[in-house]
Amino acid sequence: MLELRALSFRRAGRVVLDGIDLRIGAGEFVGLLGPNGVGKTTLLRAALGLIPVQGHSSLAALPVHERARAAAYMPQGRQIAWPMPVEALVALGRIAHPRAAGLDDRAAIERAIAALHLEPLRHRRATELSGGEQARTLIARALAQETPLLIADEPIAGLDPAAQIEVMRLFRHLADQGRGVLASLHDLGLAARHCTRLILLGQGRIAADGPPETVLTAENLARIFGITAHLTHGPGGLLFQPLDTIPRD
Amino acid sequence: MTQSRYSLTIAGLVALVAVLFLASLLTGPAAMGAGQSLAALFGRGDEMLVLIMRELRLPRAILGLFVGAALGMSGAVMQGFLRNPLAEPGLIGTSASASLGAVLAIHTGLSAAWALALPVAALAGAALSVVLVLMLAGPRGGALALILAGIAISALAGACTSLVLNLSPNPFAANEIVFWMLGSLADRSMLHVWIAAPLMALGFAALWPTRRALEALTLGEDAAASVGVHMGRLRLMLIAGIAALIGGATAVAGSVGFVGLVVPHVLRRAVDASPARLVPASALGGAAVVLAADIAVRVIAPGRDLKLGVLTALVGAPFFLHLILKTRREGL
Repeated sequence: MLELRALSFRRAGRVVLDGIDLRIGAGEFVGLLGPNGVGKTTLLRAALGLIPVQGHSSLAALPVHERARAAAYMPQGRQIAWPMPVEALVALGRIAHPRAAGLDDRAAIERAIAALHLEPLRHRRATELSGGEQARTLIARALAQETPLLIADEPIAGLDPAAQIEVMRLFRHLADQGRGVLASLHDLGLAARHCTRLILLGQGRIAADGPPETVLTAENLARIFGITAHLTHGPGGLLFQPLDTIPRD
Repeated sequence: MTQSRYSLTIAGLVALVAVLFLASLLTGPAAMGAGQSLAALFGRGDEMLVLIMRELRLPRAILGLFVGAALGMSGAVMQGFLRNPLAEPGLIGTSASASLGAVLAIHTGLSAAWALALPVAALAGAALSVVLVLMLAGPRGGALALILAGIAISALAGACTSLVLNLSPNPFAANEIVFWMLGSLADRSMLHVWIAAPLMALGFAALWPTRRALEALTLGEDAAASVGVHMGRLRLMLIAGIAALIGGATAVAGSVGFVGLVVPHVLRRAVDASPARLVPASALGGAAVVLAADIAVRVIAPGRDLKLGVLTALVGAPFFLHLILKTRREGL
């Protein structure tokens, strides 16, 4: 679904991404982890071809209109410029399918609205909603695009705990149905429980890649995030609780 | 919003434009009955009346329609593209450059020697501004570089216009330039209509397909690109379309302010803020406003040649203030 080979990006002479190799297949819910400023957003934008980079990305190589049907993208900045109704914003995802029949569009929009429980908000102006409600609207917009791959930049930031869990479950459900999801996340606990695979980014390179148990180790947490954490196996998988920072010397 | 309410809004605006177009045809110093005038338009009746209707009033009404639709449409497209309700079509420097071209034609006396010199010079100015703005704004589709380039070009063209005024040989020449710049549809002929028509068609053809992209831009440039909007192509279409519409409008009517800014703003609520639906609504709204204003200048001060641009700014500015206050009250 997505293949990156030797992807590199420099901004003002500083290396942001340094030779990233990555393959994401159907059925995977990949959590992209890493400290602030490590290049998570840059990696997602580079993969989509939104910024000019060195190396190869299978998505960036597609013509713009075909890419729109291969991958949906929810950017980190939650821009909603005009006071449009929630329903109309969700419908924007269908712009990727200019030749789709009106009924197909309608059905996709309804599925996305139902998946994010937006029914009570559908006629409200999106600019008047809370940040969390806006985030749910924008996730629904990306879902309505109904692409094989969904790329989301910090989709659950600012959501209440119930909404966070629901969105993570939804993404996992999409992966279980054979689609692919790539989402940058800061909540390591939710990432550990719901993702099928985690990618840890450190200094522009992939520092660890694999199932949550092999990526979220005490050693990796100390090296990349500079924290200690309590890691145990519970009934639903890995349990993660950050404890303290490690003084840097 | 439902499709039917949108259709109703558009139908209402079409009816309003039709009524105002008819009213514009029937307004003028020559005292004629409505039936008599319309008969004359189709070549029946007194020869003088036929001439007045066909050579004076018809072009004036058509140009009012063109200029208003051009201003309203490009205003809506510009606001949608920049995601800013304060954007207006003059931002990319076209109107200032077209004005400079026209002013040069008046200053050099070319416009007196050849009737077409003024509109042609204005169009040359507009075309030059497009080339400059594309060169300055760079190859990628960002909006900020485009605006900065537009502001720089507007400032330069404005300064050159001032220089021409400054150096004008006599007060009459300066007077003529200033009067032209105020904007008017008085004493235009069918020739002006034929100059404007292809440009209007070109601009409309370039801007009409950008509606989906404008809709997608509500979510920002990255999200728009991810649903299939080609940002570089969009910007090219937008610059070409707005330059054709605004260049054409300025060439035949001078600068008519505030329509491109206020009309999209007024109609935004009626189309539930959809940037795509705002494009046709705003084109019709702009046509209605300019037709109404052009009727008003003839009715308010028949003998004084009140300029269209003066009236639109006079009415537009307080209206805009009212909108700002309303927006503030709603806490938006």
